[in-house]
Formats: sequence, C-alpha cells, structure tokens
Amino acid sequence: MSKFLASLALGLACLLPAMTLGADAPSAAADPALEKRVMAIAEELRCLVCQNQTIADSHAELAVDLKNQVREMLQKGQTESQIKEYMVQRYGDFVLYRPAVKSNTWMLWLGPFVLLVGALIFLLAKLKKRNSRLASEQGLSEVAQRRADQLLGINGGDSGKTDGPSAVPPSVKEEA
Amino acid sequence: MARFLLPLSIFIVLAGFLAYGLQLNPREVPSPLIDKAAPAFNVAQLHAADKQISPEDMKGKVWLLNVWASWCVSCRQEHPILVDLARRNIVPIIGLNYKDQREAGLAWLNQHGDPYVLSAYDLDGRIGIDYGVYGVPETFLIDKNGVIRYKHIGPVTEDALNNKILPKIKELSGV
Repeated sequence: MSKFLASLALGLACLLPAMTLGADAPSAAADPALEKRVMAIAEELRCLVCQNQTIADSHAELAVDLKNQVREMLQKGQTESQIKEYMVQRYGDFVLYRPAVKSNTWMLWLGPFVLLVGALIFLLAKLKKRNSRLASEQGLSEVAQRRADQLLGINGGDSGKTDGPSAVPPSVKEEA
Repeated sequence: MARFLLPLSIFIVLAGFLAYGLQLNPREVPSPLIDKAAPAFNVAQLHAADKQISPEDMKGKVWLLNVWASWCVSCRQEHPILVDLARRNIVPIIGLNYKDQREAGLAWLNQHGDPYVLSAYDLDGRIGIDYGVYGVPETFLIDKNGVIRYKHIGPVTEDALNNKILPKIKELSGV
C-alpha cells in the first residue's frame, strides 16, 4: 500500500513541471491597462530577430527591448501611430507586421486577386474558343451526313438494309 | 508548333526570377537610415566612464561605427579584419559596445585586440534601437557631415571590405 502511495506521489510530482508550461514572458509594469496597450501595439510590430513573430510573441532580447521602448513611449503619452512611425523610421517598413498599404505594396495586396481574375478570364476565353471550334467541326460533310442518316434510320434512310460497313453510299450503288 | 513557346517563355521568366531570388538573403533588413543623418547620442565611453562620445565629435571625418559585444560570437569572426583595417590607418573606427557589461567588454578587447579609437558604452541598447540595430555585429559608414552612407549587416568579410566598404570610403574621402 505504501509503495502504491509512493509511486502515486512520484507520478503526480512529475506533473509539476507541466504547470509552468504556457508561461508568458513576465511583464515589468504593475499596470495591467498599460500592459494591454503595450501588447496591442506589440502585436502590430515584427520581431526582427525571429522574423515571423511579433514582438508580443517573441522572447528575443530585442523584442523585450522594443516592448520596453513602446511602454516608455506610451507612458510619455505618445499615440500608436507615433510609436509605429518611430519604429518604421529606424527599422523600415518591414517592422510593421501587417505591410502598410502604400504605392509600393499594391502588388503585394492586390497581386493574388489580379492573378486570379486574369487566370479566370484566360480560362473563359480558352473555353469559348474551344466550344466554337467544336461546334464548327460538328458539321459533317453532306455525303457523310446522308450515310449517317441512313444508318440511323432518319429521314427515310433504310437502316436495316446495309451490306455491312461499306464506304460506298447507296446512291452511288444505285447508279451502278 | 509555336504553341509551346508561350508556356516555355513564361517558365523561363519565372526561372529567371528564381535564379535572382536565390541569391538574396531573405533575413536581411535593409536600413532606412541610409543617406540620413546619423542619430545623435551622447554617452559614456567604455574605457573612460567619465568621458563622453557623440557622433558630433567625428564631424569632418569619414568614419566607421562598429556595433560589437563580448557575448557576440560572429564578432570574433570579423575582429581580425577590423584590427588589420585599424592598423592600416585608413579611417577611424568607433566601437559601439552593445548591451554588454563594461568589464566583459574591456576584457574582450584585451584578449582579441582593440581596433577602436574608442568605444561608446550602450548598456540598455537604446543607441542600438536608434540606429536600427537588430543583430550584432553591424557596421555603419558615416561621412564627413555625419550622414550614414552604408550599413553592413553581419560580420565584415574581406570580400565586403574590399568590394563595398573601401571603395565607398575612397569616394566619400574625395580621393
């Protein structure tokens, strides 16, 4: 019994480290409202070290430094757009996590839709051409048309009276 | 027969873009500070905590600002090249000791050589942020009017020195 209790206690103790999972980088300020604003702006800025993360998510030292900078600027009463402008001045447009919509990013934002529309137009044009080509090819030559009618029993053709597959239409045979 | 030419030429154009793109470094962040005034600072020097250093002090000279730290492994890679460059006395090199402990920085220079006229001591990294530093080492080439003319990201290689930095220095020195 005591062995069981001991192993149970050991097993539960092994779970203790798991309770530390998901801990965020601890925030320095005691002011939760300020922290919320810092995080809101931090989620719009890219961490330049781990370039696919925002500085809100990243634990890199530069990210922490930049968050401190954001916090300081908010405490001085600067606005979000002033803070973003400050960062862009130093690091360039890449520091904005969402690319700004400017004249040199139109291709980035609209490019996929332009390509999609272009591809659809191309597809429709190709299909139209193909349909009209098939339609014009459907006209058989007169001779072949009559032979087809005869075989099918349309327009008075005698469908049962053929001599097997023959290239000679009945009209020519009759003349002979 | 000519029908295959359209997809083929589209392919060749795309392959051309790929060939060009494969030579680029996607992690490199170009600096928006090129051709802008070097951000001002006025901080203590590494060796002499009672003395200050500012980019103003270097006006009238073409100079290099090299961001380094004792904890930076890549800095060791470029350091011999900087020491050699300093020995050749082409341009003054000012160090920016970035987010480092003073003693550690001094010890590192003692051990690996000191190519710097002097080093500025940027403990909290604020000067680094002003210069758009996102990794160490980085090197800025600043002209006689205090305008940043070139930024080299990563360790300075012989190749970069000879093909990019030295020619620019020549140009800016009016030689």
